[in-house]
Amino acid sequence: MAILLLADHDGSHLSDQTAKTLTAATKIGGDVHVLVAGAGAKAAADQAAKLSGVAKVLVAEDTSLANNLAEPLAALIVSLAGNYDTILAAATSVGKNVLPRVAALLDVVQVSEITEVVSSDTFKRPIYAGNAIQTVQTTEAKKVITVRTASFASASEGGSASVETIAAVANPGLSTFVADALSSSDRPELTSAKIIISGGRALGSAEKFQEVILPVADKLGAAVGASRAAVDAGYAPNDWQVGQTGKVVAPDLYIACGISGAIQHLAGMKDSKVIVAINKDEEAPIFQVADYGLVADLFEALPEMERAS
Amino acid sequence: MKILVTVKRVVDYNVKIRVKADGSGVELANVKMSMNPFDEISVEEALRLKEAGKADEVVVVSVGPAKAEETLRTALAMGADRAILVETEDQVEPLAVAKIVKGVAEVEQPGLIIVGKQAIDDDSNQTGQMLSALLGWAQGTFASKVEISDGKATVTREVDGGLQTIDIKLPAVVTTDLRLNEPRYASLPNIMKAKKKPLDRHTPADFGVDTTARLKVLKTEEPEGRKAGIKVKSVAELVEKLKVEAGVL
Repeated sequence: MAILLLADHDGSHLSDQTAKTLTAATKIGGDVHVLVAGAGAKAAADQAAKLSGVAKVLVAEDTSLANNLAEPLAALIVSLAGNYDTILAAATSVGKNVLPRVAALLDVVQVSEITEVVSSDTFKRPIYAGNAIQTVQTTEAKKVITVRTASFASASEGGSASVETIAAVANPGLSTFVADALSSSDRPELTSAKIIISGGRALGSAEKFQEVILPVADKLGAAVGASRAAVDAGYAPNDWQVGQTGKVVAPDLYIACGISGAIQHLAGMKDSKVIVAINKDEEAPIFQVADYGLVADLFEALPEMERAS
Repeated sequence: MKILVTVKRVVDYNVKIRVKADGSGVELANVKMSMNPFDEISVEEALRLKEAGKADEVVVVSVGPAKAEETLRTALAMGADRAILVETEDQVEPLAVAKIVKGVAEVEQPGLIIVGKQAIDDDSNQTGQMLSALLGWAQGTFASKVEISDGKATVTREVDGGLQTIDIKLPAVVTTDLRLNEPRYASLPNIMKAKKKPLDRHTPADFGVDTTARLKVLKTEEPEGRKAGIKVKSVAELVEKLKVEAGVL
């Protein structure tokens, strides 16, 4: 039977989380149908149709689907579930919000944040902040799975799937959208950036964070991340947090500045290809995972790095 | 309004866990256990709502082993009014926990259930959403702000791009994120008082829930380790290495 993949998009653009989840879907095996739900989702649906490995795109457009509210989106997915034996979504804030609701409505267990497809019913997933890896097998009638996209490459383009319009289902009317306060930035997105520079508590203030980290990020074309300590202290917004309960990233280069390296932070970045740590404290645990460590005052080192790179 | 709060006993967040050599799981013997950090935030939020006059009773519930009583006592010491322990030695999966808590909710009739967004042991991030689905209620997940007003909750949620604010009809399930509040510590007198607060015991069978695992864990292993690399002496050397040796700049 076929696989239903919930697309991650903002209406006009399909995020590359979808292409990465598609790679996991292809490994599970079966026809992959991508569901693009939103108020205006046609553009994102057309982009999904171009991904190689997509058999069909289903597009559902309705005002109730505009803001990824869990109840109407889950109701839509459940209405389609009869045709599928696997339902997949990227472990984004949307996927994490809606898929467990779908699983419960179908009375099946969910497998969260898989990092490897061992076979069509067996998966690896991290537990304890990535300090242990479980291999789990599901025998559920329907497999409901979220995918940790940092562990999968993006599927390539080159497909030409058909796009079929489907009807939305009745809105359960339990929740209403009030407002978004989304960060807008010209920098790359954290979860798809090739280079990330992250700041920790050592930055000392929001002003210093901006003054020292951002110029280097712009010079390198990097996304900006932060440790939980920096976010809790108000130096950086919540959507920059990298770690067990924030975003999990695996860029080519991760530069940790003034971050001590708590296990919860390491959980979010230790699969990066190259890790650089800049820290004044040479005993900081971050150096145990860093390919290149520089013991230095970051207020001197970072401006120098901006000039040198 | 009554608020129901779920709490889970987990390995303390400061403990570096060890995987058993035979691959059968994680070593839990003689390891420090604590309340799941997100659940502390949930308890704190319920108490603040009560202190603000938005709720009149805070009931905490845990599904877990007999020792989960300690975790419930911690919540009582923080200020919760009474506790319910649904005792089982099984490793209960999120779906079964949600079914049990649904059973508790049908008895207790809370106006709001607060659940931690994830437990730091299995990192599933499922129970609150599943509970909300089973009850047919609204969900406000990953909350960094909760305001209660007539018949609804306004929830600000931490999402990938920043923050999203939604209104949800009550009764509802809210799951807590890190920035919602800073949990209080229990004072010694309150710890003493908590020992006398009521704690009801049940079993999953009381709610007609089978806790047999539906997901088969084939093995548990250590992640591939990462070795420490080299220390460089200067920014110039670092940039040089990144360009030439690593080829990432």
